[in-house]
Amino acid sequence: MNKEIATIIQPRSGWQVVDFKELKQYRDLFYFLVWRDIKVLYAQTILGFFWALLLPLVQIVVFTIIFGKVAKLSTEGIPYFLFSTVAIVPWTYISEAATRSSQSLVTNQNMLGKIYFPRLIFPLTPILAKLVDFGISILILVAVMIVYRVSPTWNLLLFPILIFMMICISAGLGMWSSALAIRYRDVKHAMPFFIKILMYTAPIVYSAATIPEKYRIIYSLNPLVGVIEGYRSCLLGTPLSWQYIIPGIITAIILLISGTLYFRRSERVFADVI
Amino acid sequence: MIKAENISKCYRIGLKDAVHDSIGSALLSFINSPLRNYRKYRSLYKFDDINSNKMDDSNTKSSNIIWALKDVCFEIKTGEVVGIIGRNGAGKTSLLKILSKITDPTSGRAEIHGRVASLLEVGTGFHPELTGRENVFLNGAVLGMDKKEIKSKFDEIVEFSGVERFIDTPVKRYSSGMTVRLAFSVAAHLEPELLLVDEVLAVGDAEFQQKCLGKMGRVSREGRTVLFVSHNMGAIAQLCPRSIWLEEGEVKLDGSSSEVVGAYLSSGILSSSSWTNSSSWPEGSQAQIKSARLLSPDNQKMAIVNFNSQFRVEITYEIVEPMRNLSLLTRLTNSQGNVVWTSWDTDTTNWDGRVRGSGRYISVCKAPGGLLKPGHYQLSVGLVLDRRTLADYHEHVLRFEVSQIGYLLNLNRLGIITPLLEWDVKRIDETCSTTQTQANGKSSRV
Repeated sequence: MNKEIATIIQPRSGWQVVDFKELKQYRDLFYFLVWRDIKVLYAQTILGFFWALLLPLVQIVVFTIIFGKVAKLSTEGIPYFLFSTVAIVPWTYISEAATRSSQSLVTNQNMLGKIYFPRLIFPLTPILAKLVDFGISILILVAVMIVYRVSPTWNLLLFPILIFMMICISAGLGMWSSALAIRYRDVKHAMPFFIKILMYTAPIVYSAATIPEKYRIIYSLNPLVGVIEGYRSCLLGTPLSWQYIIPGIITAIILLISGTLYFRRSERVFADVI
Repeated sequence: MIKAENISKCYRIGLKDAVHDSIGSALLSFINSPLRNYRKYRSLYKFDDINSNKMDDSNTKSSNIIWALKDVCFEIKTGEVVGIIGRNGAGKTSLLKILSKITDPTSGRAEIHGRVASLLEVGTGFHPELTGRENVFLNGAVLGMDKKEIKSKFDEIVEFSGVERFIDTPVKRYSSGMTVRLAFSVAAHLEPELLLVDEVLAVGDAEFQQKCLGKMGRVSREGRTVLFVSHNMGAIAQLCPRSIWLEEGEVKLDGSSSEVVGAYLSSGILSSSSWTNSSSWPEGSQAQIKSARLLSPDNQKMAIVNFNSQFRVEITYEIVEPMRNLSLLTRLTNSQGNVVWTSWDTDTTNWDGRVRGSGRYISVCKAPGGLLKPGHYQLSVGLVLDRRTLADYHEHVLRFEVSQIGYLLNLNRLGIITPLLEWDVKRIDETCSTTQTQANGKSSRV
């Protein structure tokens, strides 16, 4: 005989902690949903996973022409193409994962109203599924680095931490925005705009060195700054900018935890407001 | 085991938007709209204004609140198979949603022992771009099976569905019937300790439904606890020894299925099986209909007719002056508004052309069983003068339901009526004149 599983159902209110035991119980479902997302994303397309290469590439080329050749932004001596590749590859992941995650509850509202599984699985699915695209777009990084003959340095050891930060940021944003989006569909309209602002407040098209000294503390609060600067140090071997990476890690973790808590707090009304 | 104690659930229904009579007030309201919308959408799940005296409807502030469930209590022991019946909006689905943790109750508490699987819909999580095989795995996981379990039952699931040939085709190329069969097969192979099933048997063709009922019956005999919501009283009576009848969110009756289903069927709140004319005598008229009743063959008033049973309509009317060429008619319309029949009392009697002297009359119309498709019907009555003029006409005075008991076909079968006609099938030759063409698996509704 199995040990009896008892479920108590009653109104919940206030803050809820994450039920990791329950999440573990549903890991097979989580796996299948991530797998579905990956499988379906490029269904019936001609280019398939080449889209994962094409989108960042086009953006890199456009930025190189506009910001590198026309506006001639300073990049501390790094060729602009290389400079922007290193930033746009992680940025594409974060923006795509966060956008898809923010819509995860709304697009899956049919499932939300018909079946129970831990609601956190919804926003986390695209975060994991998009890692496949990210993995593919790393090919661009490798190719560009070979072309520009950049040799790896010990800074490469930072890479896992940067990936962790990227996941924290996009998951945090995804949980905040998906929980808001299911109640207020305004989020859908505001998200592209918000992502744009996020991009220009991070050193993606310009160099962080152009930020005046006295604003750097405020600037460092944007966790994206830490990620992008971290990528430049990690891959191009520029001096490690701990002044951005450390605050970045802290704010990324805060974003993740606050997102989780907010999501858990509001999840009890999801099925009633769709 | 399920133990529900005082479960209540309320929803807020949409708030009415104000109507503006001037550009000024419309503009003002437009500027204010973000704030108003915020309050409106926020209020959808805030129930702070509900006082403890929640049954008090006089509270105007909570007038836009509806109670889907009110203090529902019951206890279901392990191994019991219980049917939940009630009209649309009685709270059946809300109850299942609460028990399956999809939504929280507003108040109250429930305790469930055992692994729960809920089936509120077949094919939840099905993705049209994925193949049948992939969807079986996905849907199985959604319903709470783990990978190993699905793998071991995969062949059985596919065989049960009967779509083996198309299992590696994307589901978007399936006919709707095939999708439903595959989805139901996955659900039918669930083996939880506790199964919550919403109205899902109303899909698929009759043969497949019977197959599913059989499967459900076996599941219930294996000692599992099943909570089964259905409008199909036949299925309830066949599967569930016990039933709970919900009415406007409250438990109206809880007991043996035969007792509960019987009480439910004869309650007929939405129906009216008798009608009395309350309007005054029309001016210049010589005849008026007085009353109409729907009766079973043994003279019982009833609002729900079993598919197989005969029924009678009895209409009384008064005539003040002798009249020739007067007929009484009944006209039956179904819930889509289609006229099913118009029948005159002079069609089959010798009153055609005869003078009806003054006095009270009664005309009785006998309708056969096994003719009307299960569903809701309205009956109108009228008096016809000289075969042209409607002298007195009363629309939809009787409303009744033909129940599914005894109906063997699929409810989705097209046709205002679906009579069982006599057929004869013979093989006339053993060779074919044309070569076999590839069936494409698509089918349309028949």
